[in-house]
Amino acid sequence: MYVAVKGGEAAISNAHRLLADRRRGDRSLPAIGIEQIVAQLGLAVDRVMAEASLYDRSLAALAVRQARGDMIEAIFILRAYRTTLPRFGYSRPVETGAMLVERRVSATYKDLPGGQLLGPTFDYTHRLLDPSLLNDEAVDTPLERDEASEPVMRVSDILAGEGLVEDDGDMPDGHVAGDITREPLEFPMARDLRLQALARGDEGFLLALGYSTQRGYARTHPFVGEVRIGEVEVELDMPELGFAVSLGRVQITECQMIAQFKGSAKNPPQFTRGYGLVFGQSERKAMAMSLVDRALRAEEFGEDIVAPAQDEEFVISHSDNVQATGFVEHLKLPHYVDFQAELDLVRRMRREYEAAQNTDTDLPEAAE
Amino acid sequence: MSTADMSSAELATYNFAYLDEQTKRMIRRAILKAIAIPGYQVPFASREMPMPYGWGTGGVQVTAAILGPQDVLKVIDQGADDTTNAVSIRAFFQKVANVAVTTKTREATIIQTRHRIPEEKLTEGQTLVYQVPIPEPLRFLEPRETETRKMHALEEYGLMHVKLYEDIARNGHIATTYAYPVKVEGRYVMDPSPTPKFDNPKMHMSEALQLFGAGREKRIYAVPPYTEVVSLDFEDHPFEIQSFDKPCALCGAENVYLDEVVLDDKGGRMFVCSDTDHCEDRCAHGHRGHLAYNKEAAE
Repeated sequence: MYVAVKGGEAAISNAHRLLADRRRGDRSLPAIGIEQIVAQLGLAVDRVMAEASLYDRSLAALAVRQARGDMIEAIFILRAYRTTLPRFGYSRPVETGAMLVERRVSATYKDLPGGQLLGPTFDYTHRLLDPSLLNDEAVDTPLERDEASEPVMRVSDILAGEGLVEDDGDMPDGHVAGDITREPLEFPMARDLRLQALARGDEGFLLALGYSTQRGYARTHPFVGEVRIGEVEVELDMPELGFAVSLGRVQITECQMIAQFKGSAKNPPQFTRGYGLVFGQSERKAMAMSLVDRALRAEEFGEDIVAPAQDEEFVISHSDNVQATGFVEHLKLPHYVDFQAELDLVRRMRREYEAAQNTDTDLPEAAE
Repeated sequence: MSTADMSSAELATYNFAYLDEQTKRMIRRAILKAIAIPGYQVPFASREMPMPYGWGTGGVQVTAAILGPQDVLKVIDQGADDTTNAVSIRAFFQKVANVAVTTKTREATIIQTRHRIPEEKLTEGQTLVYQVPIPEPLRFLEPRETETRKMHALEEYGLMHVKLYEDIARNGHIATTYAYPVKVEGRYVMDPSPTPKFDNPKMHMSEALQLFGAGREKRIYAVPPYTEVVSLDFEDHPFEIQSFDKPCALCGAENVYLDEVVLDDKGGRMFVCSDTDHCEDRCAHGHRGHLAYNKEAAE
């Protein structure tokens, strides 16, 4: 006998109780602390901050813990919090040339002002499981260089000295940077908005698209002009004071990808740039972003649009993992009303099909 | 900020109905524009809500923007008040707005819905808020927003008619059973959201205000009260709605939309009202379907 299910509320509450239990796991082990996540799973925290567009390590770590380590879920939780915060102004553009650099590598010059600085990188580690990490063995304190001796000049500034690279580009006078979290997206997008969307775009999606440009789907012949990671000062203009005050420092990763451009009637042959800028330490994301940014500038340079990575509406509409996961996962919600309508139609079409089949098989018999 | 001084109260203070007043004003402006241009999709700066995109964030934002402390809210999904996502959204508004909620269609001032329109006729003063996944009726004919906006602007709907015609050419009838396109006030072709086409006639000249929210796609559209909503069709293939062979097995209602419930592994089926409130109300008034009698006998 069918009894209408009335258990929705109780089922939800019990499911959440079970989730909390699974999140906590074995009670005989100490719970993982937020400070531990910030300190020891820092790159997970960085990714959550970057794709949630909120620079707060403690909250990002809380989200990681709450999400049981599911990155997209953590990003979602932090974004849903971010959206409730008031926005009280724009900072000044951060000066990445004045960054306190912890890592800086250039693939285009052997040596350059400021030097090559490896910093805390996985590069050149041998990816062998490290048994010493099974236990809490003592770790050597890092070596620190003496006072930074010379400014770490941006590679784009070096090339600009010869006029061989496009400059930073102009926005119309009085252009105020948009905010994709406060205005609906409209295509085609200005580059400031596009870069915002890429900066919070899914690392995996951008990585795959960037990779596709290297394999011939919109080839741009890129070189890593440089990647730099470090802290920059965030400053806000205070109208009542008449000068900018520092709000503090944030860690960011910046990538300038240098790409070929053969020139046009308007512009001489020169290098063009793809740009990536991400909160925290995330070289992979910054590099992928810069490849995709460059690919998306195809129209600007009069290049043929032949590949997915060049298609702005395709890339930007699908780069947001919180939107993507929501819509893909909504398919598990009940759809039985619509399914009923489809069932009805399929049954009807099946009857018509079978009737037609019968008529067909009847025909030869009739001829006999 | 260290976690030690991050009090739980500090994290959990939200405005009435969750959204801040600035955001509500922005959404209300979009709603007003949508009402002024029936069937036109108004872009709005959809916010990230604490539930996933695709799970009703558009409807939730519309409801949050129009909800007042005096309102009585009903939330349904598939016509039912007790499906999990309806329960979840209703609980959300109880938590963040502390409003009165109901399952009774006629008591509600705002009804948020996914995939159904209640069977009971809605009246003046009521607002029906639809959750919309893909607001663009032309989307599966043309994936680009830049193109479809142009098509709407030029009233270029030939592609849609060709699609419906091809259905007829292939299948002998139009093979669209839900999200069946409508024309609003003789101008915009509109997606009624994935309601079964059974519900389309209820939208026509409805006394209630109908608002549509698509959160992920950042669009709001509306059908004001007493507006023409016509399902697209051809003179020789007029629009028709689904009909069911049997009445509801619980309340005996006819000419309502029914859900098929599988009873056993031997092909046993029963058909019951998709609108649970309508069904319960009829049962309370003594209407009985053929299986309802058995139910009481069994108890």
